[in-house]
Amino acid sequence: MTAVRDRYPEHFRRFGRQRVLVSTAAAILFVLLIYGMGRLGFFDGKLLAGLGRLVEIAGLMLPPDPGSWAHVRIYTVSLVETVAIAFLGTLSAAVLAVPLSLLAARNVTAQRIVRFFARRSLDTVRSVDILVWALIWINVVGLGPFAGALAIMTADLGSFGKLFSEAIEAVDRKPVEGIASTGGSHILGIRFGILPEVFPVLASQVLYYFESNTRSATIIGIVGAGGIGLHLAEAIRTLELQQTSFIILMILVTVAAIDFVSSQLRFAMIGRRAGAAA
Amino acid sequence: MSTHVVRLPEAQLRPLLAAYEASVQSRRRHTLLILACVAVAMVLASVSAEVAPGRFIDNIHRFPSYIVRLFHLENGQPVWTDPGEWFWGLSRWLRLLVETLLMAYVGTLLGALGAVALAFLAAANVAPGRWLRIVVRRFCELCRTVPELVFAMMFVIAFGLGPMAGVLAVVIHTLGALGKLFAEVVENIDMKPVEGVASTGAPWHVAMRYGALPQVMSNFLSYALLRFEINVRGAAVMGFVGAGGIGQDLIEAIRKFYYSDVSAILVLILLTVAAIDTLTSWMRHHLIGLGERQ
Repeated sequence: MTAVRDRYPEHFRRFGRQRVLVSTAAAILFVLLIYGMGRLGFFDGKLLAGLGRLVEIAGLMLPPDPGSWAHVRIYTVSLVETVAIAFLGTLSAAVLAVPLSLLAARNVTAQRIVRFFARRSLDTVRSVDILVWALIWINVVGLGPFAGALAIMTADLGSFGKLFSEAIEAVDRKPVEGIASTGGSHILGIRFGILPEVFPVLASQVLYYFESNTRSATIIGIVGAGGIGLHLAEAIRTLELQQTSFIILMILVTVAAIDFVSSQLRFAMIGRRAGAAA
Repeated sequence: MSTHVVRLPEAQLRPLLAAYEASVQSRRRHTLLILACVAVAMVLASVSAEVAPGRFIDNIHRFPSYIVRLFHLENGQPVWTDPGEWFWGLSRWLRLLVETLLMAYVGTLLGALGAVALAFLAAANVAPGRWLRIVVRRFCELCRTVPELVFAMMFVIAFGLGPMAGVLAVVIHTLGALGKLFAEVVENIDMKPVEGVASTGAPWHVAMRYGALPQVMSNFLSYALLRFEINVRGAAVMGFVGAGGIGQDLIEAIRKFYYSDVSAILVLILLTVAAIDTLTSWMRHHLIGLGERQ
């Protein structure tokens, strides 16, 4: 026992260096948490009353009930609209992102300045929230689903540009060199050396984003950019709680269905193993 | 010296070329079919989403002009001529930004702590019960599929306007997202330490604490930091539905066409998000380095 103790003194000391460090960090995190909760009004007594009301609201949401068949029809139409917004936005973003990502990829664009500006603009576009883009596009093309599709397109352009350029930077150099060695131009090198290699990766990322955009598309309606979000926000604000839960249920089913279809497509495209890892 | 290329005789070459041609043709047909399907889907989606190219072309000039107007003050001067006027509400906006960051922090921490508990109940290799595991998984799915803002709107009804509703929405969403990720981390651990602790007769929670937790801690922290980044962005728009943070001033400025305020707030948010991103990615790299050294 003493021999072991001598060999690993660190593990037998009651307050080792590691332990002091970890407990200090935990204490700081905890103090900040309490300060934050206090500042955000958690200890004003509203919390308990609110929780009581929340239980009441949850009770009123059950069972989900659309009210009438007319409502079901309206909701279905706007749910289709939501999926359409996500589809159009994702696809057009992907098409526009391909040239931009080529500009931002190190192994394609040699000029540092072009690359720098391509990357910075993609970063800026990505940092602005999708709801803000929706509000900006509403100013341009008016209220409605078209603004929503444009918003998803702009927001995704930033993400796709970054993801695609990373995928392009990771390609094997040999096919490109092979094409260059036969006298092929730079453009031909991109077309036959890079694109065939990255295309499955890009397509699977696009499909993945289509899933997550269906979720985003359900909320852009809250600011007036089309889709089911408008009805959802209306139902919540007018306290039509059974309709609210019905709409949420419809969204969940739709998202699950799209999840299923797109993951099947993804697996078909890049193989089951790689798809599970991505 | 010239290389001698061996050419097959014409009779042998012809069927090979024909087969090559046929295979290229079939792949081309395949691609065209897929493209046609996508095109049809796109047309249908355009009808449903009320896409109007005419309206778009007529109004597209407003997009750059809107962006340009964002960077002009009331008196028509560019914003950078008078930074004091541009950031006239700086102290108020900074206070709201701090509130936003605190919302993200409290939400991430509470959500992550809950997710740690849920992850051990949801991981296939260590879960104490099969039914419990399925219930916990479904619960996590529900929490992350319903958008944060929807939760926020409902919490605003229950808790009143203010940041508390926003924090709780962040907590619920973090619970769902991290619960899933953490459970996947736990499913990938080495089971030998857990079995070792359990073999001494220790109950389940002790086996988890000393067998499983040390293996997953650095991964958990790194995912939680990543989530914090996402939650800062999320908390910045919570104000759109009255759930606190800088979002309430942003949407008011957009709705009331206070152009220079919109750009000022957006610049502040972008700077904050960039700073947080840099900080957390530095911390993550540090953490990964720490994990490898041990």
